[in-house]
Amino acid sequence: MAKKIAVETTLNGEETIFLCEPRQTLLEALRDNLGLIGSKEGCGNGNCGACNVILDGVLVNSCLVLAPEIEGRSVVTIEGIAENGELHPLQQKFLEHASLQCGICTPGFIVSAKALLDDNADPSEHDVRLWLAGNLCRCTGYDKIVRAVLDVAENDA
Amino acid sequence: MAGTKQNGTGNLSANGQNGYKVIGTRPVRPDGVDKVTGRAVYAADVQMTGLLHGFVLRSPHAHANIRSIDTSKAEALPGVRAVVTAADLPEAPDRVEDLGEGAINLKYLSDNILAHEKVLYHGHAVAAVAAINPHIAEEAAALIEVDYELLPPVMTVDDALAEDAPILLETLRTDSMGEIGTEQTNLASFFRHQRGDLDAGLAGAHLVVDRTYRTETVHQGYIEPHAATALHSADGQITIWTSTQGSFAVRGQVCEILKVPVSRLKVVPTEIGGGFGGKINVYVEPVAVLLSEKAGHEPVKVIMSRADVLAATGPTSGSNIRVKIGVDTDGKITAALAELYYEAGAYPGSPVGAAANVSLAPYAIDNLQVDGYDIIVNRPRSAAYRAPGGTNVAFAVESVVDELAEKLGMDPAEFRILNGAKENDRRPDGLQYAQIGQIETVEAIRDSDHYQSPLEGKYRGRGIASGYWNNWGGQSSATAVLNPDGTVNLNEASTDIGGTRASIAMQLAEAMDIEYEQVKARVVDTDTVSYNDVTGGSRTTFATGLAAYNLGQQLLKDMKSRLADQWEVASADVRYEDGTFSAGSESVPFVEAAGLVQREEPLMASSTVHPQDFGPGFSTQCVDIEVDPDTGKITILRYTIAQDVGKAIHPSYVEGQMQGGVAQGIGWAINEEYIYDDEGHLLNASLLDYRMPTALDLPMIETIMVEVPHPAHPYGVRGVGEVNIVPPAGAVANAVYQATGVRMDKLPISPANLLEAMWAREAEAAELVPGDD
Repeated sequence: MAKKIAVETTLNGEETIFLCEPRQTLLEALRDNLGLIGSKEGCGNGNCGACNVILDGVLVNSCLVLAPEIEGRSVVTIEGIAENGELHPLQQKFLEHASLQCGICTPGFIVSAKALLDDNADPSEHDVRLWLAGNLCRCTGYDKIVRAVLDVAENDA
Repeated sequence: MAGTKQNGTGNLSANGQNGYKVIGTRPVRPDGVDKVTGRAVYAADVQMTGLLHGFVLRSPHAHANIRSIDTSKAEALPGVRAVVTAADLPEAPDRVEDLGEGAINLKYLSDNILAHEKVLYHGHAVAAVAAINPHIAEEAAALIEVDYELLPPVMTVDDALAEDAPILLETLRTDSMGEIGTEQTNLASFFRHQRGDLDAGLAGAHLVVDRTYRTETVHQGYIEPHAATALHSADGQITIWTSTQGSFAVRGQVCEILKVPVSRLKVVPTEIGGGFGGKINVYVEPVAVLLSEKAGHEPVKVIMSRADVLAATGPTSGSNIRVKIGVDTDGKITAALAELYYEAGAYPGSPVGAAANVSLAPYAIDNLQVDGYDIIVNRPRSAAYRAPGGTNVAFAVESVVDELAEKLGMDPAEFRILNGAKENDRRPDGLQYAQIGQIETVEAIRDSDHYQSPLEGKYRGRGIASGYWNNWGGQSSATAVLNPDGTVNLNEASTDIGGTRASIAMQLAEAMDIEYEQVKARVVDTDTVSYNDVTGGSRTTFATGLAAYNLGQQLLKDMKSRLADQWEVASADVRYEDGTFSAGSESVPFVEAAGLVQREEPLMASSTVHPQDFGPGFSTQCVDIEVDPDTGKITILRYTIAQDVGKAIHPSYVEGQMQGGVAQGIGWAINEEYIYDDEGHLLNASLLDYRMPTALDLPMIETIMVEVPHPAHPYGVRGVGEVNIVPPAGAVANAVYQATGVRMDKLPISPANLLEAMWAREAEAAELVPGDD
């Protein structure tokens, strides 16, 4: 077994130090070493987006990032989207629009949509669909997810 | 038939209809906040002290005898706690049981968990390891030495039925309508539904269309891989935490496979990340129990990789289908024949039986014959997938129907209305319909803005198709506890995949005339309520909802009775109106009464149901597409669904079922397929290469809910979950014909398959015109 590495990072705004094996992915470290189970593994190779996190402002699949790579960097996970106990507008609109059925893809979609809206406050339907094409949902047909994101964008605009 | 139509989308206001207060509104689901904040616990999220991690070693071959397995090197690796093979499984009896959705021989069930003498598909489990972390478990599995004797793979219907075909299961004999054959075979069963006079009907036809089709194996594609954690405790008690459509189905299968009484096994359902029929069969659950026992009674978690999910779970059958339909000069169907050859995978049990019922169900036909063949091949054991078997056969039948309408010069909607099945008509197997809404769904599409709007442009086309699904009632159990503050805890065992905690709680709230927010619904384990069938067959809002309605009625009755005692009046004199109990000068609102009636004794209710009078569902759909003539890629421009939904309890979740079913059907129609090489290796076991629709591949999906309340349910509920996956492949194929002139005879209509068909058609056209090159 390889020797563990101490990684210093900013996780959802908090300075954090954790131990991990060099071969562990960020997703595995978040879930197994840090107890943050909101990021999900749907495929393990970057095709489904269920593990999406925001790394230094950039949307990434945490299954494709090695945990030691986040040394000195800032990570936002689904657990960091709500602020001060208040649901983020995306979380609220996902509930109102019934944008989830089984809900396994939902954390990834919300993190992904937040990254989109941080970058583009007024996306078109096509912009939303193109951006979210990296997130797979098998239950909804995407209709209610796209509506929720557009609704948030309109209310923010 | 009286009914209302709701055009879906956009309406988020709480407006219960038809005098209902809660039903018809769109409240937030009880599990919603946990699911948008990442707190909800799914199967892979289970944690506990001393947790070990399992890894399953799988066959790299499609068909091989296992000569020997040597696990010694794996056992010697530091960090490994247990290694198991089929030798650790009790011997399974050669007996058929129904333990979920469909019957299976227990010997085959056990053999699919860990292969005994031979492996039957690429990905078949052969051994498993438990270790202190998942990486060591995986490393150890790679040290297990399996000596295989390779056998030729049997991959398709044609391979399996060839005269000199290799035999997969030595003891299998064909069950032909109850008669058991004597020869070794890969044909597990054959059946025939027949009525009227097929030959006479075809002979009297003005026009006959006779076509054959091929559809490929597809997967349910739930985003959550299978995972289970098991604790085989030192006292013999076993607990399994797993993601399943039916905790009791897991209990039943695991108890049979491991030969333990049901009293020793508790199944705790976690949140479930999609199922669509694929999370009824057990895979890793018995393996986790064996590993836990062998590892010194420590808990073991086994999570499947995506590649393993695709290779070893789920898929639904590929098929060869022939459809022959004759019509008279008015366009009335005179006779129809369907021959269905379905690939069951490695063990018998394809959905060909259900497919036969779906096949010609939307039409009133006097003379018909439907033949079904269940055939085993070296692919994973097939599982249920949303209206199992329906999409394959509807693709074939709806293509023939479209061609008939075209040749008759009839509008395809009018053809379906002319021939549409209605009350008292019969399904292919003879079952007589009660009140149904097939024709209403076609009329709703015909009259829709979509169908009435012109579609212009080269390489664009419009298609429609209809579909049927039987739905199900099944058995449900639930309890309700009245809290002294006027809320009700609703305990039910139907795992919630798409918002059923909400749709069931809404029915209890309606029954008790209280607010939705006063009902707290939760899904409980197998020790807490009595037996409960799977969340499948579009039954949960119907049947478990009926149990919830009964609970409400019972609690109200008991509350009235206790108030009557306190008020010293007859129970029948206590009235409950507008949320207030009253008798004479006495009057008390519900919330206060909840405390009042429990001063001396607590109050709870239980209900068990097994309704038989579930109603079938029909859906008719319209799609506009555009084909890129250079790449063969299909773009979905517009999609509209009309479905006979009974009564929509929570309209948003009904729309969600409609949209989700169609999205899966579109994937099946235009992209999804299992691709094998000549040796039977699965080549596309990833979500990059097994290409499911993304947000960019779909438009908004318009929904028309045709609400014809189902007379056998207190609120008119009809199953809505499955039927929407049935029509899309046919609708898309018919649109492809309008766009390109090509009638596709296979699925998927992928860019490669469509281009090939377009080129073949061009080549044929060139040959037909002499001198034109």
